Amino acid sequence: MKKMMLGNEAAARGLYEAGVKVVSSYPGTPSTEITEFAAKYDEIYCEWAPNEKVATEVAFGASLRGVRSACAMKHVGLNVAADPLFTLSYTGVNGGLVLFVADDPAMHSSQNEQDSRHYAVAAKVPMLEPSDSVETKEFVKEAYEISEKYDTPVIVRMCTRIAHCQNVVELEDRKEIPVPEYEKQPQKYIMSPANAVRRHPFVEERTKKLSEFGETSPLNRIEKGSSNEIGIICAGTCYQYVKEVFGDKVFVLKLGLINPLPERLIRDFAASVEKVYVIEELDGIIEQHLNKLGVPCVGKELFPPVGEFNQSTIRAAFGLPQPKSVSSDTPVPVRPPVMCAGCPHRGLFYVLSKNKITTLGDIGCYTLGSAAPLSALDSTLCMGASVSGIHGFNKAGGADSEEKTVCVIGDSTFMHSGMTGLVNIAYNGSNSTVIILDNSITGMTGHQQNPTTGYNIKGEPAAAVDLEELCRAIGIKRVRVVDPYDLKQCEDAVKEELAVKEPSVIISRRPCMLLKYVKPKPALKINPEKCVSCKMCMKLGCPAISIKDKKAFIDPTQCVGCAVCGQLCKVGAIEV
Amino acid sequence: METKNVMIVGVGGQGSLLASKLLGSILTDEGYDVKVSEVHGMSQRGGSVVTYVRFGDKVYSPVVSTGEADYIVSFEKIEAARYAAWLKDGGRIVVNIQQIDPMPVITGAAEYPEGILEELKSKGIFVDEIDALSMASDAGSSKAVNIVLMGRLAKYFDIGKEKWLAAIEKLVKPQFVEINKKAFEIGYSS
Ligand SMILES: Cc1ncc(C[n+]2csc(CCOP(=O)(O)OP(=O)(O)O)c2C)c(N)n1
Repeated sequence: MKKMMLGNEAAARGLYEAGVKVVSSYPGTPSTEITEFAAKYDEIYCEWAPNEKVATEVAFGASLRGVRSACAMKHVGLNVAADPLFTLSYTGVNGGLVLFVADDPAMHSSQNEQDSRHYAVAAKVPMLEPSDSVETKEFVKEAYEISEKYDTPVIVRMCTRIAHCQNVVELEDRKEIPVPEYEKQPQKYIMSPANAVRRHPFVEERTKKLSEFGETSPLNRIEKGSSNEIGIICAGTCYQYVKEVFGDKVFVLKLGLINPLPERLIRDFAASVEKVYVIEELDGIIEQHLNKLGVPCVGKELFPPVGEFNQSTIRAAFGLPQPKSVSSDTPVPVRPPVMCAGCPHRGLFYVLSKNKITTLGDIGCYTLGSAAPLSALDSTLCMGASVSGIHGFNKAGGADSEEKTVCVIGDSTFMHSGMTGLVNIAYNGSNSTVIILDNSITGMTGHQQNPTTGYNIKGEPAAAVDLEELCRAIGIKRVRVVDPYDLKQCEDAVKEELAVKEPSVIISRRPCMLLKYVKPKPALKINPEKCVSCKMCMKLGCPAISIKDKKAFIDPTQCVGCAVCGQLCKVGAIEV
Repeated sequence: METKNVMIVGVGGQGSLLASKLLGSILTDEGYDVKVSEVHGMSQRGGSVVTYVRFGDKVYSPVVSTGEADYIVSFEKIEAARYAAWLKDGGRIVVNIQQIDPMPVITGAAEYPEGILEELKSKGIFVDEIDALSMASDAGSSKAVNIVLMGRLAKYFDIGKEKWLAAIEKLVKPQFVEINKKAFEIGYSS
């Protein structure tokens, strides 16, 4: 059977066909759908872990027990999972273990543009990079063979344009693998110095063997072209752009195993062409390898280390003509993403913005609170950094900053890595005010359940972390809950907690408007007779409110009746 | 056959993903090699959204770059202008004349440009304007704008109407099939 599949769906299908039994992940664009699709197969146990480190360690445990396991994450997730990864490289695996990492050149939905290939090099683990959905499924299955044969975790690198592109994939059957008896192997799995000292040479040896494997594996292939003037080395997305522009006119060395890189294959390829080009998005990692081998090539001098490429990038670099195009001369206003109408984060941000409170932010839908007109955030670094950061900020600024600084963090992000920061606040005593924006879901990545929501990945009831109890157990005595639709309640809470001389947590609680069980209220209306055009309601940055004929106007198709705007209107012009 | 390119552009939440899925599914059934690319994530929150549908004998790149699109289907007026540079010489824009103000316009930091489609036409671009929102409402749901527009696009394709309707049946939730088929018919016969 054939099916149109996203790269991520094909990855999940690969897991199914490879007989994988355990998948543990933390969501992150563009990797999320791998786990969501895997969860549709009853044969695979799937879960959302609280973060990528936990997920990777769950996969390690499953592998130790002898079954094939996987975890998926976005590029920055691998920073969080790096600790287990580097030593997993030493222990190797029992059941095959594959880690998906999804890079996001051009940062469509990310806070940086890091190139995760560096991790494969640094941790000395093999990395495969597919260039479409068909290859994704094949490569996943091959990754398990490599993992078990060479006793190593394997990373499959996806990029946005592979993860989120659909093409037709041929479905095959699942290879069921029985769970073996468990056998204790302390020298392999207890990474005490004495054992690790013996495993490190194994890792070095394994890298050599894998490089040798790459010389002849069909994962790497040479496509001969009609002329050998140009020889291009590439992988993943870039392969597609190169073929789009050159078709069969040039020689191409397409790499599927991108770490470790082969040596003879590259030398032979280089010898067969007049000039070698290395085309890779982000960093010049393949190019550096060629430099090390002493093989002359053109790479980053022609192709930028930032952003994503397309066929036009390739044409430009080779001085080929671009198709003619006409553009509009009128400047078109940008259309950035915004917090939805009725978003529970908005009310709280309004209060922070109005009171000019310094706000260390975190990552989630609430990062959109940084945009005008709320402009409520001062920083966004990485998941969890708001809570750790405010402690440092307040230690540095003293009482003066403690009285006018808060941090905001979502429920999923708090579980991911915010709570350790809160432990630090309690333990090392700063009078910090932490606001947990609990919208009962992992919103930004498209509504995944998390440990606070009471449901698992399949939507079945699950244990729910009690945030209030958790914060108290950590040592925070002042924990209170507010409704972000109630501006006065929010303002009172923020002012009081900033004033007290001890750490506090405010939980701003209301479920995301987009959740199915949240029923919108009837849209509100502006009474134009009463509206005095003061534009107070515009300060919320609600996409449902605009000015029409000098009066405020509420778009009935967008408004969900949250009534936050009504609390700002001094003349009572906003009516049900 | 040389690869053909369609771009579907609009505002997050307007249903452009379903539209591109529908088109991708029909073209696959027609025997083409097809790639459909989309960007998820931030774009869902009312931001500008682009999807690419490419089809032909063999499709390599997942994306369309400037000057390459045979068709741009724009779900909103200024989005058509934002992506006009992607249109091929002789390509066509099908545009829903609906105006959805982006946040900078709402806050007064920018103005919604007037006469933008006229400007495109004055540059020799083929612009096919329709009021897809009213047509969708006529079909029974303002949410069916995406399918009305696919109906209009279908007029430029040599693929029988029944095939489009069958694909709608396959892809749309059962309770919305009738409305969407009606929306398609309205777009197609407009
Ligand atoms: C280490 C890491 N993992 C994953 C992500 C992707 N990501 C961005 S925001 C987010 C979750 C946000 O959920 P929550 O904190 O509940 O806030 P909401 O979006 O619901 O407001 C995730 C998983 C990331 N940026 N960094």
